[in-house]
Amino acid sequence: MSPTPIPGLIPIYEDYARCVHCGLCLNACPTYRLWNLEADSPRGRIQQMIHVELNQQPITDSFVDHIDKCLDCRACETACPSGVEYGKLVEHARARIERDYLRSWLASVARNFVFRHLLLDPHRIIDVARVLRFYQRSGLQGIARSIGVLKLLGVAEREGLLPRIDDCFFFRCLGWTFPAVGPRRARVAFFAGCVANVTFSQLNEATVRVLAANGCEVVIPKDQLCCGALAAHAGVRDGARDLARKNLSTFLRKDVDAIITNAAGCGSMLKEYDHLFSTDEAEHAQARQFAAKTRDVTEFLAALGLTAKLKSLPIRVTYQDSCHLLHGQQIREAPRTLLRAIPNLEFVELPFSEICCGSAGVYNVTQTETSLELLAEKMRHVQSTRAQTIVTANPGCLLQLRVGVEIHHTHQEVLHVVELLDRAIAGARDQK
Amino acid sequence: MNSGLVREFEKLLGPSSVLYRPEDLLLYEYDGSVVKGRPDLVVFPDSSEEVSRIVRLAAGYNIPIVGRGAGTGLSGGALARTGGVMLVFARMNRILALDMENQRAVVQPGVVNYELTRAAEPYGLYFAPDPSSWKSCTIGGNVAENAGGPHTLAYGVTTNHVTALQLVLPDGEIVRLGGPHGDTPGYDLTGLLVGSEGTLALVTEITVKLSRKPEAVKTLLAIFDSVDDAADTVVDITARAITPAACEMLDGWTLRAVEDYIHAGFPMDSGAVLLIEVEGLAETVAAQASAISDVCTAHHAREVRVARDNAERDLLWKGRKNAFGALGRLAPSNYVLDGVIPRSKLPQALRRIRQIGDQYGFQIGNIFHAGDGNLHPIVLYDPRDAAQFQRALEASAEIIRYCVEVGGALTGEHGVGMEKSELMPLLFSDADFDLMRRVHDAFNPDASLNPGKIFPLSKGCGEIRVRPQSSSRPGAA
Repeated sequence: MSPTPIPGLIPIYEDYARCVHCGLCLNACPTYRLWNLEADSPRGRIQQMIHVELNQQPITDSFVDHIDKCLDCRACETACPSGVEYGKLVEHARARIERDYLRSWLASVARNFVFRHLLLDPHRIIDVARVLRFYQRSGLQGIARSIGVLKLLGVAEREGLLPRIDDCFFFRCLGWTFPAVGPRRARVAFFAGCVANVTFSQLNEATVRVLAANGCEVVIPKDQLCCGALAAHAGVRDGARDLARKNLSTFLRKDVDAIITNAAGCGSMLKEYDHLFSTDEAEHAQARQFAAKTRDVTEFLAALGLTAKLKSLPIRVTYQDSCHLLHGQQIREAPRTLLRAIPNLEFVELPFSEICCGSAGVYNVTQTETSLELLAEKMRHVQSTRAQTIVTANPGCLLQLRVGVEIHHTHQEVLHVVELLDRAIAGARDQK
Repeated sequence: MNSGLVREFEKLLGPSSVLYRPEDLLLYEYDGSVVKGRPDLVVFPDSSEEVSRIVRLAAGYNIPIVGRGAGTGLSGGALARTGGVMLVFARMNRILALDMENQRAVVQPGVVNYELTRAAEPYGLYFAPDPSSWKSCTIGGNVAENAGGPHTLAYGVTTNHVTALQLVLPDGEIVRLGGPHGDTPGYDLTGLLVGSEGTLALVTEITVKLSRKPEAVKTLLAIFDSVDDAADTVVDITARAITPAACEMLDGWTLRAVEDYIHAGFPMDSGAVLLIEVEGLAETVAAQASAISDVCTAHHAREVRVARDNAERDLLWKGRKNAFGALGRLAPSNYVLDGVIPRSKLPQALRRIRQIGDQYGFQIGNIFHAGDGNLHPIVLYDPRDAAQFQRALEASAEIIRYCVEVGGALTGEHGVGMEKSELMPLLFSDADFDLMRRVHDAFNPDASLNPGKIFPLSKGCGEIRVRPQSSSRPGAA
């Protein structure tokens, strides 16, 4: 029986051969920097993929282990002079693993639930969030932590990474339209994300306010779903394709100048929806059209230019590049430009800000130990800046850095670029 | 490798520092070059003492050892040509001392070149040797190959920046050579070791000079319609006694591939560009830049641009440093050559390279340190086509032979490794080899360190034991 073909774009010989094994990617790779193993470097991983894909070697435990350990941060793409599209290669490798490799029973059940059911259905996300909120607010969490049951279950570290569930979910805003403040300069559609609707409602609200304050009418389409990045990164391509189809049809129906996201991870996926479909599928062309309109909120605002008045914020701020903004979308300057626009804000560069903080989608849950190792190194560099506030451009990074501040007792506030802008705009309004 | 021996190494270093499974070894059979050689065991020492113990253990079993840094080399220097133990220094990556007042750093061999500069930068200092792989390559590897880089024109190669070394000899003994400050009495063994490609000893600690950043830097990009005009310009600049810090040339074909990658604004229709950098005191730099600009114009430069700020300068250099990889966009594989010619022969050498390319049916790109006469022609090929790869090797050998014929050398900075060992007789006589062999044997009498490198296998070096295996065949990736 021949295996079911993997849907979407399949890398060909030339995609792998582009790697001339020069090694310029090695030191850019977070896992190579940790362990100095070729097998956990981009060059080494590509060689392993070549053995599986081109030399038709079987998928071994060792192959799965090294591909699983990849953060998919794509720092290697920034470093690569040959233009190897590593993200595309590793996602294909993961789709192969998903199809051909048998994971443990528990891992299979968990992956199936999260990537094929939970993320596809906002109602399920809301249900799970309510249960978690009850757990966090009722005192159960305190009890579970104090009697050591979490340690017993082996989830103590992971439980600490759980985001705080919002009191009021952003899901309620789906379907609404927010008018521009002052003359309308643009009409945009806001992509709200999935889990962000129950854990980052305030960030989403701030994003809408900042866009509106700068002359954007903000439409929030009702029938939008998760972007599919988590599923695609995990190799669950069918799940990602279902989500993409829904979002394509929802957003392409809207007459807007741009589709805006505040999550670098989502933005990177949305801009690459075409990878999920082969060129002969109708969605491929739609994805191109969709990608041409998709903008990260920092990218969009920096290009549009800020018109809202900003209050001075005399704080020392550093910026952690979100991998899927810097490496995935090659956007470096936009968030910095916006931060520098805030009067009296003292901006200091974070050493090694181009290295992943260890969040990487669900990596902090699946590879907790490595994730925390990267985070510890990150917090050491944060401390060296003596910044009071750490700013970044993706919800996953925000969560991870907040955990970092908590476990390393470093006391910084962790905010998204637009949250800081929102604060400066609100301050300016209050001064009037 | 037998499992008993694997266990002994594991006992010595711990299981996480020993690799022996075929799927792991496979990842250490390549570097940045086009040749291959697979080790039987890979070990990751953490200290000089561990290196010494590894060497002693391997010596007891008569197994050869080859050192490796990041594996970015271009001559197969860090490949196990005859199998054996590969000793990877990547985890010995600590900067042991930064002495800013005396401008010295003591580093372990696995420290990445760029990381040392990054650490010294806040103090206005940097490590001058800057090979194109500087963001990943290790200083240990730079020492082994005596690596160069664009700025060697003004600042010299690695050997000019190394003042002391700690070594492990093939019998496991740990010795120190040189001193932190200046010339030590007696033989300059430090100088002998730098560039010895791991065939004399394993370097475990390196004391380097740190250079002070110049007061002013100007980076010029001169655009020419023809390669000949650009080549004549280089000859003329040096004839007028101007020494730029760097003088790099890219031909039009290469330039287009690079522009495709970095979008630095390189003109897509030019024949060649020169990337010239002058450094020093502000007044001198301004005067030199204007003199260079005049020379370029005299040789029909279409345009001379001066980088306005650091960002523009970085972008120009990014284009140059990523040029080899950028050619990966044009063909599945490329072969980067490394040859030296007298600077004055530049225009004719470029014509000859073009002829050789025509003769063998390759379009050959040219990127090089024009100021040093250090050429890097690049032959693009498809590794699936064995006959084409063979032709690429022949064309390459012919270019290198030409370099030697006109009074140059067969490598400028990439080393001989296993890539060029067979070409060495072009440059050296039997008597020359005999002297080199005696030096080799004084350090490494049993050829247990990096066998099969530098010396030609075919040529009267019976004492250098080599056991070529089928896996050491140059070939497809």
